[in-house]
Amino acid sequence: MNLYRKRRLINGLNLTLSMVAMAFGLFWLGWILWTLIDRGLTSISLDVFTKMTPAPGSSGGLLNALAGSIAMTLAGVVIGTPIGVLAGTYLAEYGQKGWLAPATRFINDILLSAPSIVIGLFVYEVYVASTHHFSGWAGAFALALIVIPVVVRTTENMLKLVPNGLREAAAALGAPQWKVIVLVTLRASKAGIVTGILLALSRISGETAPLLFTALNNSFWNANMNAPMANLPVVIFQFAMSPYDDWHKLAWAGALLITFGVLGLNILTRLVFRSKTTLH
Amino acid sequence: MTKLKTTESREKFQAFLDLAFKLTTRFFAFAVLALLAGIIIELFIGAMPSIKTFGWKFFTSTDWDPVEVKFGSVIQVYGTLVTSLIALLIGIPVSFGIALYLTELSPKWLKRPLGIAIELLAGIPSIIYGMWGLFVFAPHLADHFQPWLIDHLGPIPGIGMLFQGAPMGIGMLTAGIILGIMIIPFIASVMRDVFEIVPPTLKESAYAVGCTTWEVVWNVVLPYTKIGVVGGIMLGLGRALGETMAVTFVIGNAQNFSFSLLDPGSSIASTLANEFNEAFGDVYTSALIELGLIMFVITFIVLALSKLLLFQLGKREGEKT
Repeated sequence: MNLYRKRRLINGLNLTLSMVAMAFGLFWLGWILWTLIDRGLTSISLDVFTKMTPAPGSSGGLLNALAGSIAMTLAGVVIGTPIGVLAGTYLAEYGQKGWLAPATRFINDILLSAPSIVIGLFVYEVYVASTHHFSGWAGAFALALIVIPVVVRTTENMLKLVPNGLREAAAALGAPQWKVIVLVTLRASKAGIVTGILLALSRISGETAPLLFTALNNSFWNANMNAPMANLPVVIFQFAMSPYDDWHKLAWAGALLITFGVLGLNILTRLVFRSKTTLH
Repeated sequence: MTKLKTTESREKFQAFLDLAFKLTTRFFAFAVLALLAGIIIELFIGAMPSIKTFGWKFFTSTDWDPVEVKFGSVIQVYGTLVTSLIALLIGIPVSFGIALYLTELSPKWLKRPLGIAIELLAGIPSIIYGMWGLFVFAPHLADHFQPWLIDHLGPIPGIGMLFQGAPMGIGMLTAGIILGIMIIPFIASVMRDVFEIVPPTLKESAYAVGCTTWEVVWNVVLPYTKIGVVGGIMLGLGRALGETMAVTFVIGNAQNFSFSLLDPGSSIASTLANEFNEAFGDVYTSALIELGLIMFVITFIVLALSKLLLFQLGKREGEKT
């Protein structure tokens, strides 16, 4: 009877601890989000969206940083998506034999979790160092390199969900393989591939490290992708690390925008597509 | 006759398109491989001046002196490893608890929202963790937690060495704790996924002989999914080693060596983020790139190990069905 009670006690204790762990995880999420709302909402005003980043002590907003971020993120997605979709197509449709597909799959999964600052170093070495100036394009390339593995992964997963009967039916009608893939399988997994693109978008919108050495920053309005470009994450970094109170306020406003943008995108993709892909 | 010819040429044309399409996709799949090779080669070339100047001494020296142009990686590698280790100490038990809760205890309707909530922790950009850590979390630690550590653990011989110094809030301990929070979603989601592949019959048999829920998890589920669990932990470690912005905010960025976890230090990633744009001279820049190369090689090995372990588990599952 004693042993029985001991076992029940251990069971109860450990299961309680597991609930505590769950609460622990949720606690940090709640605390961080609350901080952002608390400090960010009071700092957000119309100025944030209409004025340029200010010198310390004067009033201003984040307009140039927002515009730069949007431009580079979109460029990153536009460059990265086709490459990712084509590579993912190869893995899913032609990857049954040979060494290339397993090797690519393996390396792609590693790139998915690789430190993003190294991507920044790489783009600095091959692009910034040879053009001798920081630029929006360099930032966009760095972001594209982060987009590629995400899109490769989701594309492959989504194509594999397409039933083989569909492929066989198209082939039986005499369609060549490229038509089967482009007009049948890729079309059938369109929604899933879009999910992957949105996930990639939410992944890169908050990325700071790869932009530090590539896009750098710019205090002024700049629509030229070939020059250093302001962007929200680097501005937040610079402003938060500064000793000025009004810069801190703008940093919190930016932090609120970025986080809720990213989390909103995240939740939206899950709710709309209810996809089964997990990205680690 | 002409009609036959056109079908023939059309077939040829389609065969050509088929080949072209296959080769295009193959080219981009190869590009992903080439990207990784390119990163390693580029970093190696960039690190060459530093490798030539310092050789193996780079791995044993605690120097970090831009003025005298003397560099070593010990401070940064130590900072990186220590913060990641603290992160694992926090991340592993918590992630295990969360995975256990989600797979065994949670009511069905709560599973999905709770799972998403934990995954959202991974969605928060790392710069936000850094800012929150610097302005909100570090002051809390400095006021409440660190004085207690210094008073109670500081005097103990041996491990006391780790808890000397002033309660400043920022430092390696703070960076480690925040990294711990950041890797929870990654480890927890792998653990949850591997726990779910345990065949129900296995668990049911254990329950049938009278095991408690905990005994089923500890003696059946965990041994069955062992390699997957280790794979998940490795994945978390890989994330922690390379994390940049969150660490840069709270680690203190001091380039001197100290055992104490409460002292400011620096990690490889934080050193890169802070100093790369300001670096002057070839050797300084190249020493930073060599740091980046070291970090990339370590994370590569850790992540590769993680993938191999998870792949092993997947293969075992595949053979059964």
